[in-house]
Amino acid sequence: MTRRDLAIIGAGPAGMAAAAQAAALGLAVTLVDEQPRPGGQIYRDVDRAVALRGAILGADYGRGARLTAGLRRDGIDHVAGAVVWAIEEGFSILYTREGRGARIAADRVLLATGALERPMPLPGWTLPGVMTAGAGQILLKQSGVLARRAVLVGSGPLLYLIAAQMVRAGTPPLALVETQSRGDLARAMGHAGGALRGWRYLAKGLGLLAEIARARVPRHTGATGIAIEGEGRAEAVRFTSRGRAHRIACDTVFLHHGVVPNMQAARSLGVAHRWHQAQACFVPQLDGWGRTEMPGLFIAGDGAGIGGAAAAEIAGRLAALKLAEEAGRLSPEACDRQARPLRAAQARELAARAFLDRAYPPFAEALAPADATVVCRCEEVTAGEIRGHARLGCLGPNQAKAFGRAGMGPCQGRYCGLTVTALLAEANARTPDETGYYRIRPPLKPVTLGELAAMEDAAEAAQ
Amino acid sequence: MKPVSPFLETESGTEAGPRVPVSFDGRTLELPEGANLAAALLAAGVQVFRRTPVSGAPRAPYCMMGACFDCLVEIDGVVRQACMIEVTGGLAIRRPHEAHDDPA
Ligand SMILES: Cc1cc2nc3c(=O)[nH]c(=O)nc-3n(C[C@H](O)[C@@H](O)[C@H](O)COP(=O)(O)OP(=O)(O)OC[C@H]3O[C@@H](n4cnc5c(N)ncnc54)[C@H](O)[C@@H]3O)c2cc1C
Ligand code: FES
Repeated sequence: MTRRDLAIIGAGPAGMAAAAQAAALGLAVTLVDEQPRPGGQIYRDVDRAVALRGAILGADYGRGARLTAGLRRDGIDHVAGAVVWAIEEGFSILYTREGRGARIAADRVLLATGALERPMPLPGWTLPGVMTAGAGQILLKQSGVLARRAVLVGSGPLLYLIAAQMVRAGTPPLALVETQSRGDLARAMGHAGGALRGWRYLAKGLGLLAEIARARVPRHTGATGIAIEGEGRAEAVRFTSRGRAHRIACDTVFLHHGVVPNMQAARSLGVAHRWHQAQACFVPQLDGWGRTEMPGLFIAGDGAGIGGAAAAEIAGRLAALKLAEEAGRLSPEACDRQARPLRAAQARELAARAFLDRAYPPFAEALAPADATVVCRCEEVTAGEIRGHARLGCLGPNQAKAFGRAGMGPCQGRYCGLTVTALLAEANARTPDETGYYRIRPPLKPVTLGELAAMEDAAEAAQ
Repeated sequence: MKPVSPFLETESGTEAGPRVPVSFDGRTLELPEGANLAAALLAAGVQVFRRTPVSGAPRAPYCMMGACFDCLVEIDGVVRQACMIEVTGGLAIRRPHEAHDDPA
């Protein structure tokens, strides 16, 4: 087994940019991703889809091809379709690919595993026909599959992007049910320099809104009391907007109220996380290079805190510079010099992000769901049950596992963890940091005995 | 009779390859070879992928990115995420029964 200078988990903008930068500085890099083709979430399947659906997906999407092209060079080994299920200190990356287990040894590791859509527990959100808006976009990007009669529910720039992509594809959504209020945007604009810093994103958003308006897609803003109805599958969305009750019949509901860091890999390695109040999520504790406290372990991209695709690319390159310096391939002076323009660009991106965070806050009803609403999809645990745990003395999500089964299903808390933290924090009048999060242990993804056996066989054959 | 799907396959979506037969709970479906399995099943009109072990509630893909596990199906006795698999001819797919009994 050959040892690599650097293993990168995740071939999105952060991982791809880091791989190209590190290889250019002479590092032997292995880039691992569970998707069959590079791109990450924003540029999912870009090499195939840009020719087929580039006009629908937009100019920003096409930019991803520049990053995938950067992977075709010496020094980068891209292992596609490889699901990483454990990372051991030292480092050893354990993954399964085509039904077989395998491992990569590396001196250093960069986690670039990106974001997940923020859990949006609403009445009826577990019904077939309810998906995340990102899932709807993945169906379009990767497979050219479109929802015939969909309602988009939630808030955020990504919601408008997806609505506009659906319009361009010829299947406009039946309606946008928006949870943010006019006041949110006004407050973001009023905040010192907010509008100025965010103007590029604002202008882009206005362009998308114009496309949505031209297609005569009804927009309902400030929606509350949102519930999805249906017998065995989604049949309608019910809500109140500007004092009027609405019910929109549909087959598909796309939910979205922002993205949050995918913490699974970092938490499994014991990386410390802190609550980020403005983004209402946990973020890993890092220095300005993306370095964790564990020697040789870095994190870049949306997994380090939500900054968007451009910021992810910059963070990937910054991490690669420091990794090369640590590996003795770059002098400290050269590292700092090359980082300077990247830092300036990063500051611009993050300032714009602060504006977006204020303009599109998460939906309050989904942060503190009603008692009857299921919060843990896997084990079907309701918000009321979690509040009940708190009354019995449960202080944190890990402890909640002793009171019930929340977080113990196959998704390992990916779609309930933040909700359970928020519910317990509120019930116990403690902060999210005091309340904490689930302890994440490998395997990060299920591994079968057959896959493990295939790995043992390979190890024996190699001896 | 072919069920009407809430999803529509665009022309460009079928570039994945020729249609190949797979079976889903005993029913034969013709899906594009190389396509994402969860997307292809949705486009073919499959609305329920599995039932939850707790209450038997129906579920279908939610995240399409390998994170929610609501797209679990059973293939050759192994429970797998349909959104992380590509279509190959002859796949014999079933609804999984007890997700908890499966390998952790
Ligand atoms: C569904 C979805 C759709 C989005 N669409 C857009 C969009 O259209 N426009 C936009 O501006 N932003 C979008 N975003 C926001 C997104 O977070 C981008 O800002 C950007 O993709 C972040 O880049 P990244 O490199 O940090 O991570 P990502 O692009 O998310 O890449 C992370 C990669 O890590 C891989 N990975 C994760 N865990 C493992 C594991 N255990 N084993 C192997 N591989 C793993 C994933 O397969 C993925 O390819 C989307 C986010 C989501 C969740
Ligand atoms: S749809 Fe979420 S894991 Fe497949």
